[in-house]
Amino acid sequence: MTSIADDHQTDSVLAARADARAQAERTSEYMPYRPASSSPVVPQGVDRDALVWAETVAPGGYTHRIIARGTRLRLDDPTGNACAHVIVYNALETNERLNVADTIKIPWQAYLGVGHPLLSGDGRALATITADTSGRHDTFCGTSTDESTTAKYGSAAPEGPSPSGRSRFLLAAAKHGLTGRDLPPSVSFFQGVHVEADGGLSFLGSAGEGTHVELVAELPLLVLIVNVPHPLDPADDYLVGPLRVHAWPGEPTLPGNPQFTATPEVNRAYLNSIDYAEARGL
Amino acid sequence: MTITTHTVGDRVIETTVPVGAHYVEGTTLDPSGPLATGAIVLDEAVAPLAPWSARLTAGQTLTIVDVGGNQSADFLVYNAQDTDERYSTPDTLAWQKNAYLREGSILRSNLGRPLMTVTGNEIDRQDTIGGACSKESNTLRYGFHTEHQHGCRENFLAEAARHGLGARDLVSNINWFMNVPVEADGTLGIVDGMSAPGKRVALRAEMDVLVIVSNCPQMNNPCNDFNCTPLRMIVTAPTDGSDHA
Repeated sequence: MTSIADDHQTDSVLAARADARAQAERTSEYMPYRPASSSPVVPQGVDRDALVWAETVAPGGYTHRIIARGTRLRLDDPTGNACAHVIVYNALETNERLNVADTIKIPWQAYLGVGHPLLSGDGRALATITADTSGRHDTFCGTSTDESTTAKYGSAAPEGPSPSGRSRFLLAAAKHGLTGRDLPPSVSFFQGVHVEADGGLSFLGSAGEGTHVELVAELPLLVLIVNVPHPLDPADDYLVGPLRVHAWPGEPTLPGNPQFTATPEVNRAYLNSIDYAEARGL
Repeated sequence: MTITTHTVGDRVIETTVPVGAHYVEGTTLDPSGPLATGAIVLDEAVAPLAPWSARLTAGQTLTIVDVGGNQSADFLVYNAQDTDERYSTPDTLAWQKNAYLREGSILRSNLGRPLMTVTGNEIDRQDTIGGACSKESNTLRYGFHTEHQHGCRENFLAEAARHGLGARDLVSNINWFMNVPVEADGTLGIVDGMSAPGKRVALRAEMDVLVIVSNCPQMNNPCNDFNCTPLRMIVTAPTDGSDHA
């Protein structure tokens, strides 16, 4: 029997330490890049030296971060098969979180695109979409559960070939002291859904490889991102692609920016966010 | 992007998820049997890389079988009636004045009370100082390329969530069948194990307890002999009316 153990000398503490340290220079298709400026896949037009977060999220993987007010967050779908399920929270008070109903009702628009705010349940803009070359997103279906994932793929085990979106969100949330009650409905990017005249939900899928979405944080945010197949993905197999994440500092949407007064509703959302931020001394 | 094929029950799926490695073909597996007398009330296999949990009532005994040999069973135990009371490495070690667990070791809670007793042990010594692996600590030990890999903390969090527990409920744990020597100068680390296929440890519940286990997915150090194998969990209940299994 040959074993990977044959390649390792680990019969003493010092040998085991040397064996562990010898692995450090390896790379992976899916990994965080630290420092972020070392990212091998910096999006065109983004200043490498300004990056504060860079990683490639594995298929079935997740990531999470607290980002400062004004941060630009860019998600890239290099293969056309990623599906970025996202929940954002006010990082200062996580009881304030994404409210998908308000996010589509208040802008009078179900489909996410440039200028669309991600609203909390407290009448504030948490984030705004500032760029979008995909146009295929979803605010209706949320993410997958163990129940739906097991029905579709046969398993939703956390260590297995087909983890569910909710189980991944639970792990991401747990790293910030949050639990299942803290998981509101999520939005997803890169796999579109359309509502037909009779209410039917049609899966549009991807706009193809090489698209991206960019958001700006209107408040300090806790961001949870899960990369699993869309709940309506018709494929029998679990073939979600890698997801790239890059972030760099910037400004929230402020007076003078045309987006600030794009609609009366979003204008008041920004005024609420700024009012909150200024009182907090941000 | 690598695609692999997996069989789950009667379902065969292709996936892009970078699933961790299971044991190689030809690995010796010995399911053994209970290391306590009494009726078997639960007998479950824990797949490589997977989490597991169970409640035991006072007096029942859990036998953990190291089916493939040198497979770390990362282990946490709580008072089932009040999970604020949970396993405490420092209380356990200070009370017994020894850094390793052996037959007769009492697993004590953060209130100093006995949760379980090691009533049987087929390994020279068992570890409770090495802690659990995590995708985050893997980046410190082996490099950033390992961050996507599944780890025990992921298993603990996933299984804990099924019982309403979360990150604040994870504490320093026990690693059954893992070998962490502390040398004279204080050097310590995970080295090749002293277990073998079919070796066992038996734990008698001294109160009603919740046990959470991660069948360790680590493939970067020898805690699983670089070959992740199943565990067998057998719960027995005394049949003679006594607490002695």
